[in-house]
Amino acid sequence: MDGPSGKSALTLFDKIWNAHLIRHLDDGRDLIFVDRHVLQETTSAQAFHNMRKAGRSVRYPALTIATQDHIVSTKPGRSEDTNPTGRELMQLMRSNALSSGIRHYGVDHPSQGIVHVIAPELGLALPGCILACGDSHTSTVGGLGCLGIGVGTSEVEHILATQTLALSKPKSMRIVYHGTLQAGLSAKDLILHTIGQIGVAGGRGFAVEYAGPAIEALSIEARLTLCNMSIELGARLGFIAPDDKTIAYLEHREFAPKDTDFVSACAYWSGLNSDVQAVFDREVHIDCDLISHQVSWGTTPEDVASIDGVVPDPTQVDDPARRERISQAIRYMDLQPGQTLSGLPIDVAFIGSCTNSRLSDLQLAAALVRGHHVSPHVRALVVPGSMSVKREAEALGLDVIFREAGFEWRDAGCSMCVSINEDVVPPGSRCIATTNRNFENRQGPKSRTHIASPAVVAAAALAGCIPDTSMMKLNAEGLS
Amino acid sequence: MNKAVERVEGVMALFARCDINTDAIIPSTWLRTASADLGKGLFGGDRYDEQGNEVESFVLNRPAFRQSRLILADENFGCGSSREAAVWALVQFGIGCVLAPSFADIFYENAFKNNLVAGIIDVETYQELKTLAEAHPEGLAFTVDLHSLTVSVSDANNPLHNRSWNFRMPASRVQAMIRGNDEITGTLHHQVDIADFYKMASSEKQWLFPEHLIGRDTDASNKKNRVF
Repeated sequence: MDGPSGKSALTLFDKIWNAHLIRHLDDGRDLIFVDRHVLQETTSAQAFHNMRKAGRSVRYPALTIATQDHIVSTKPGRSEDTNPTGRELMQLMRSNALSSGIRHYGVDHPSQGIVHVIAPELGLALPGCILACGDSHTSTVGGLGCLGIGVGTSEVEHILATQTLALSKPKSMRIVYHGTLQAGLSAKDLILHTIGQIGVAGGRGFAVEYAGPAIEALSIEARLTLCNMSIELGARLGFIAPDDKTIAYLEHREFAPKDTDFVSACAYWSGLNSDVQAVFDREVHIDCDLISHQVSWGTTPEDVASIDGVVPDPTQVDDPARRERISQAIRYMDLQPGQTLSGLPIDVAFIGSCTNSRLSDLQLAAALVRGHHVSPHVRALVVPGSMSVKREAEALGLDVIFREAGFEWRDAGCSMCVSINEDVVPPGSRCIATTNRNFENRQGPKSRTHIASPAVVAAAALAGCIPDTSMMKLNAEGLS
Repeated sequence: MNKAVERVEGVMALFARCDINTDAIIPSTWLRTASADLGKGLFGGDRYDEQGNEVESFVLNRPAFRQSRLILADENFGCGSSREAAVWALVQFGIGCVLAPSFADIFYENAFKNNLVAGIIDVETYQELKTLAEAHPEGLAFTVDLHSLTVSVSDANNPLHNRSWNFRMPASRVQAMIRGNDEITGTLHHQVDIADFYKMASSEKQWLFPEHLIGRDTDASNKKNRVF
């Protein structure tokens, strides 16, 4: 965008968007090129069906990658037949990929996993790249400085047939994190706190850049966790400028550029940041010093509080619509206004999902549970984000720690986050989960979900209830 | 080619809540097969009890609203999951228009792709229509007209018939819907631009399209020559 002086300051988002702009369309939208298109089995079958019906084929199959992750069974040693209900969609994904010449990471592939876990792992998501997927958590790859766009099935078909998307360019927003995150806290607490502050619609219509010293301090896996939940702010896009950590993470990944290409890539990536003078349509500042361990109490991800906090009192809420929503959430969750969150008994503890199922998440949880045992009435399970994560964790002996503590150790998939496979929370049961959504019925009909970090979920599994800060500190001391 | 839509007419069901998410619109239970009856699954979590029986009090189960064609909802309708099945479920049930003060980004796009009218209304309009809907438990039919971007009470004998409320929708989207345009056909008019862009990008940014990803040929027409 040229200003009167010839050149005006650009945001990181402007730079990546502009580099993918094929042309402006007459209707005001932009036609942008999609560098990587990742498919999953539950949102692509109809796209292939409609594409074929229209007599079209996949334009650039090599830029398209398919996975089976949502409906796959996570039972160790599973196959496409383990969960018979899911067989149809899984087989459709496999046959559609095969017939179109698309790489397929099916249930039997050693690199199979949740799409947002394997896209970074395989080096498919790169800084400055646009990656689209028929899944709202595609912004996860923003942790690498990649624009991950979650799309619907019609858009999946559009990308298959054209390798492009026609989109209105979102407005820009920057969330700046000041201060330092206290020891023991994680990117999950950071993003849950942010959603609590801004609300589930606060990012609607925006592309969100996360910035500031606390973001620079995060590991790549933590950045992936943070960007993962952008959609829970209402934002379709969320990302972080790449840096040396990004480069170190990507080097030698299977599909990352190699040798001289990698050198050119690094040179290009070094320019991927927002200009100092860049102006954002909205800017929010978050003080990390004020953040404590977070847990959700209600039925949207903005319904969060400190684990030492209490359930809010709807009568204190002025807006009638919001008051009614909070009252309904409290009823659904079987809680009382003013009730203390810590000590609330849980039935299920789930560690997994595209938010928190990477090696560092599992290491952190394993360190807390080592030598302890899951509370007798709690079903606890760990579902690694990919089969690669599973193997790495096993090489470190984490599987033994989890099993000895009474956790189930499963194969990779979305599992109890979307509960479209057989991993379902029973009606009326209360689950604490490292996932991203606590909607009514999300983990199964009449299930109740509390979302939290891997550390809080691990502690809750042992205690049989939502822990308080003193328990978290005690657990953390046990680590040293 | 989408079916052209110019007007939607029928009873309006009120969902006086904000942040109605797509998991609520179509729970994942209904997404396990490619052939599920999504219209039946619409709002499945609230519409049926644990035994699968209809919950009598749920609006779409009430006799006057079983044939609803419009939904009126509060802010941020369709948030959460990108599942387009939420739109398919609404359409298959018979809903042709959702009116709300705001929509979640992905749902909004998905709606247009399926010719579901997603009309943005002022908060005042929402309040007025809500009051009107609440005053008519027997169900009140409305007409949504895409040419004038208005909604009005359908019954010519109703004293409110001459009152109409505006809703907003981008002009290009209105035109596309009235014509029944297929978006992919439109984009393919630019396929030379797309091919040129890709050619340029892959020569300028070779690192982004490395040979170990794309092989020698990436074009669909040559895909049979490519071996993984």
